Order: sequence, then C-alpha cells, then structure tokens
Amino acid sequence: MNALKISKGTSRKSAYNLRSTLGDTVETHTIAVLVDNEAGVLARVIGLFSGRGYNIESLTVAEVDHVENLSRITIVTTGTPAVIEQIKAQLARIVPVHDVHDLTVEGPSVERELALIKVIGTGEKRVEALRTSGVFRANVVDSTLSSFVFELTGTPEKIDAFVELMRPLGLADVARTGVAAIARGQ
Amino acid sequence: MSRRMTGAQMVIQALKDQGVDTVFGYPGGAVLPIYDEIFQQNDIRHILVRHEQGATHAAEGYARSTGKPGVVLVTSGPGATNAVTGLTDALMDSIPIIVLTGQVPTFMIGNDAFQEADTVGITRPCTKHNWLVKDTDRLAQTIHEAFHVATNGRPGPVLVDIPKDVQFAKGTYIPPQKTSKGHYQPKVKGDLDKITELVEQMEKAQRPIFYTGGGVINSGRSASQTLRELVKGTGFPITSTLMGLGAYPASGDKWIGMLGMHGTYEANMAMHGCDLMICVGARFDDRITGLVDAFSPGSYKAHIDIDPSSINKVIHVDLPIIGDVGNVLNDMVKVWKSRGSKTNSAAVKKWWGQIEKWQAVDCLNYKNSDKVIKPQHALQRLEALTKDHPDRYICTEVGQHQMWAAQYLGFEDPHRWMTSGGLGTMGYGLPASVGVQVAHPDALVINVAGEASWLMNMQEMGTAVQYRLPIKQFILNNERLGMVRQWQQLLHGERYAHSWSEALPDFVKLAEAFGGKGILVKDPADLDDAIKEMLEYDGPVIVDCVVEKHENCFPMIPSGKAHNQMLLGEASTEGAIDSEGAVMV
Repeated sequence: MNALKISKGTSRKSAYNLRSTLGDTVETHTIAVLVDNEAGVLARVIGLFSGRGYNIESLTVAEVDHVENLSRITIVTTGTPAVIEQIKAQLARIVPVHDVHDLTVEGPSVERELALIKVIGTGEKRVEALRTSGVFRANVVDSTLSSFVFELTGTPEKIDAFVELMRPLGLADVARTGVAAIARGQ
Repeated sequence: MSRRMTGAQMVIQALKDQGVDTVFGYPGGAVLPIYDEIFQQNDIRHILVRHEQGATHAAEGYARSTGKPGVVLVTSGPGATNAVTGLTDALMDSIPIIVLTGQVPTFMIGNDAFQEADTVGITRPCTKHNWLVKDTDRLAQTIHEAFHVATNGRPGPVLVDIPKDVQFAKGTYIPPQKTSKGHYQPKVKGDLDKITELVEQMEKAQRPIFYTGGGVINSGRSASQTLRELVKGTGFPITSTLMGLGAYPASGDKWIGMLGMHGTYEANMAMHGCDLMICVGARFDDRITGLVDAFSPGSYKAHIDIDPSSINKVIHVDLPIIGDVGNVLNDMVKVWKSRGSKTNSAAVKKWWGQIEKWQAVDCLNYKNSDKVIKPQHALQRLEALTKDHPDRYICTEVGQHQMWAAQYLGFEDPHRWMTSGGLGTMGYGLPASVGVQVAHPDALVINVAGEASWLMNMQEMGTAVQYRLPIKQFILNNERLGMVRQWQQLLHGERYAHSWSEALPDFVKLAEAFGGKGILVKDPADLDDAIKEMLEYDGPVIVDCVVEKHENCFPMIPSGKAHNQMLLGEASTEGAIDSEGAVMV
C-alpha cells in the first residue's frame, strides 16, 4: 500500500497518509479534529458518525483557540483499518474541519479523562473508599458525613478500575468528561 | 466598493457578482423581501417553477448542461423541505447548486413559528455545507463562500438559510474579491511520483482499461479533451459509468460502452479481465462493481479522484492519486509523452482481439416486433432521427427507460446527458429538461421518460409552457413501474405488487390541458412520424409512446453477482438471483 503523502491544512502529519486498509481486526483509534467553533459543527461531526454507521466510544469538545475561534474535538472510535481511514477522510471533508489527526498512528500520545465519582456509605466502607482514593491519587472535592465526591484524572482504564472498586463501597453516581488527548513531544 | 444595503439587496448583488443569470424559485412569506428586489431589476432571470423539488432539479439540469452552478430560491418551512430531494440528488451526483432559503425572523427561530423548519438541521446531511445567516453584515460573505464551496473540490449542493429580518436589515456589502475564501482549498494537483508510477504501469500493461466517471465531466471540458488525447495515444479501451457518458465520444473507436449493472457485456467482461484499471473520476459505486469480493480480481487498480474519501471506500486500490481529474490527466499525458509514449502494443492488440469477441456477442440485441413498439427500438429511432442535431441535450427520469437511453443513445460530448445516477430520483427528468432548456433556449432538449416517473413532477409542464420552453417529453409508456416489475419478476416469483398503473391520464389531453402539444403513438409503423412531429413542433411536447409492457432491461448483472455473471436475455434469467443477492437493492 502506498502512502498518499498529501497534506491538508497545517498539520505536518496528514490524516491522508493512508495505511494499509486490508486488515479486518477492529482497532480503537483516538482522533483529534480541529474545527471552526461555529454553530452546528458538532452536529456535523456526530451526524457523520450516525449517518454512516461509525462508532463513537467517547467524544469531547471545547474551544481551544479564542483568537482563531477554533475548537478541538477528540473522538475515540473503533473499526477495521478501512473504516478508520474512511472516518478520517470523511471528517476531513467537512468544510469547517481544519485538521484531522489520528493520534493512535501519529506516534505516542497522552490520553486523559476526568471523572467525578460519588460514593455513599458509612463505617468500614467509607474508610475503604477513602483509602482506595488515596492509592489512585483521587481528590476529595466534596464530603458529607455519609458521602464523598472524588475527582480522578487518568486514562479511561484507570477510571474504569477505580469505578469498579467503588461499586461495592457505595458507588452512587459517575460523571466522566470523555477522553482528551494530545501528541507527545514536539 | 463596500456599500450599505439591505440583506435582500445583498442577495441580488451577490448573485450578480457571482455571474448568475438565472434563478429557479418559488416565492413565499419568508423570502418576500428578496422577491421584491428581483422585481426591481432585470439582470437576473427568475424562473417560476411549480414545486420546489422542480426548482432544485431544474437547477441541476442547468448546472450539468452549462458547467456553471445552478441557483434556487425558495421560502422557509415547506419550501425548504421540498428542496431536500433535489439537494440529496445533487450531493450524490456531485452537482454544484446553491439553494437560498427564507427563514422565519431570527427572534422567532425555535418558537415553531408559521412555516418554520430547522432547515440547516434537516439539510445538514444532504448538502456539502450549509449556513444560517443571523447577521446581515455576514450575508454577502456567506453567499460568496457558498459559491466557492459548491464549485471547488468535489462539487456539490450548498444551502444558505436567510431569516426574514436579516433580509430587511441594512448591512455592509462585501464583493467577492474582498471575501476571504476560508481554509476550504482542496488539493487539485496530483502527486507527480504517483502519476509517474501510473504511467509505468500503463507502459507495461497487457490488458488495460480506462474506467471513467462523472468526475471527468465535473472537471470541465478540457478534462474530456485530455482524456480523448490519452485514449487515442495509448489505444486503451475505455468504458464509463452512467454519470460519465459523453466524456469520451460514443462514436470513438476505443469506446466499449457503459459498464455496470446494465452495462455492455464487453465493458463488464473487460473490467473483470483487465490487468490495469485506470479509474478516472468514478467512485466504484455498487451499480458498477457488482459483487465486491469478485470485482476485477486480477487487476492493478489506480484511482484518480479529487475526494480523498472516495479512495478505498468500496474497492481497495493499489495506486490512489488525489487531485482534479483534468489536472492529473494533463500531467499523465505529459509524463507519458516525455517517456517516449510507450505502450505494450502487441499485448494491447491481443487484448482488443479478446474484446472484439465479447463485442461480437452483441449484448444489446433484442427481438424487435412490428406489432408493438419495443422501447429499445423507440430509442434507436429517436437516436437515428436526432443524433445529427448540432445541439442536442438528453435528460431522463429513472428506471428501465433510463438504462435503455444510456444503452441506445450515443453521447459525443460532455454536459449533454442529464440523469439522476446516485440517488435514482424518479421525477428528475422533466424539471431537469426545463433547466437545460432555460440555459440553452435554441437547443433540442429531450427528456426520455417513463410514464410513472414523469407523473411525479408533471406540474413542471406548467413552467415549460409559461416560459415557452420547447422541451420534448418522450414518454415510453408501458403502464408499469418497469424496473420494479422486472425485479419482481426476477426476485419475487412474478408477484407484481403495485407495480402497474391502473388510472393513467390521457397524455395527449394532459399536454393540451397544460397548453402544450400531445402525440400518441402505438404502432411501430407510425413511430418515425411521431418523432418527427415532436421535433418539428415549436413548443413543449409530450409523446405518449405506448411500448411493450413486459420488456426487461438487459444485459444485467444480477445483484450479488460478479461482472462475468451477466444475464444477457430472457433465457438466462431463471433462478439467476439467489437469496443472498435478493437482499441487495
């Protein structure tokens, strides 16, 4: 398979650097999309995924550049290599999209998610919950005599693990931001 | 020359500055200020259609036959929702149209106001891009940007939704030259390394084929010229999709006919057996590929396309080249010539020997009759009596007649063939022929139709009569939904559920009721006279050509089968489609 080697927008690593699309194993990819922060742009991205039958595991969006009025959408998606390449090409086709980065193939990247986890309980369970939160370096951001709200930042796997540990200890509610990701290095 | 003016004035000014001479539209409450401005000027001609869907197809016909974008102006709510089919049609076939919709005033948006619809929400998936303009100062720039997006890269439909208060308010007009083009700048120049790689493949190919599509036509007339030069130089056979007919002339000696589900035997067999497939501006649509797993198994595939998302979408290709077709073809010719214009001519000659054997099968042959008009015969006569016309345009509706038209009519030039390919929109042809005739008042514009499709937008006969458009509606009337009937015969045990019309109008009286001319022909002996009468009449004509009711369209690649498993005629249809194939559309 030949790489396309064409660049669009400003990224040095183009989303069009096609990889082999012949495999049929389902892969998980984290894709960062830089878009104009205008009305409806998120609907365009989500509509693309639902309309063409692609998966969204996680999606976050926020403005990252007030001067240029740009937002960054981070999408975690799954699919065969052909589907992933198609997702990137379709994303790049949306007019307000400036850049599409596949962080999973463009080299090492950092992925973080923030979660707020409410645990209700008293006695030994309450003590255990607090002790475990220390192991995970979660912060207590709210506390009553019978409840905690923990703030935890980490990879989605780390948050999954913490949530599972809290389940028998009185897990009451979980709010997660979804993944934000960025490439390592320069 | 930035000037203060109302939003409605800006719309007209922006259209003038974009070189628009014609708008297809229908007025309503939310676009009245714009219509008021249309009333007060003479530079832009407004064509009043009879239904907003008609406006969009007319704009498509205008765009396809001129190479310029088509413009539509409709009101909010139902005006916008009626435009959805045309937008989707234009999206599927990559036709540049700009649809301007009125919207309820900004302060009423979201209140379920009268004739309010979430137009940008509804049309988001069926436009290339759309905008809701909430500020008059942004209006001119947005319209200019809309033209830029519609016509650059892979063309497509765009929509600008303009609330009524934005039309009334004053703002500063920005001319196109001062408008920022934004970051939407698709790559048009193909990678020279890739092009050289393709030329190397062309030099050694033993069984090459050009497979060309609508992209060649969208790229402009020079792309067709370059393609012809390249085909002539290399001597490679060329086939085309439905959308690409006319890019290479049907009379050309390298032409082997359309490919795909109802393509020629030789084109499909050559696609199956080739060792180098050069796909130029086509997209491996399911009507082309048949069974994907068995598609052209032994070939090296190169794909030239301006849209990166077309690459590897359906068929995995060996050599993708992203760029404008005309641009890439130019570079191909240059590189090929600079390397000495070489081909493996002995092998290609042998390849032609094989193709000629396939051509000898004579797949478009059919059993003619002197009792009843065969639809194929009707089209052959239409072709014979019109092919020498210096300025002929053909539109079609959707169905069997469309495929027969593609098979039996010859297209010598691009922009002469208007048909709904990707979406398969019944009711496309009549309004499209209106748009073509508006753009080319003195040309011969024929809509090859089936009676069922034609009825779907028959109100546009009113438009044709009002504007004295001498469009020829050539209806092959089999009193059936022919293609549906054919599939029911092949796939559903001949149970013809709702695929015939029991209460058809008298088309002659219908034509007369609209103010046009009607001609009825039933006897093959009268066919030529009827066609001549149609051609001689200076005004809109409907020909009710009553044809064989149960004719099937062959050749056919049954769904779920490969190119080399074509059905050539009635005898080969029994049990041709298995249950897996029956699932496909």
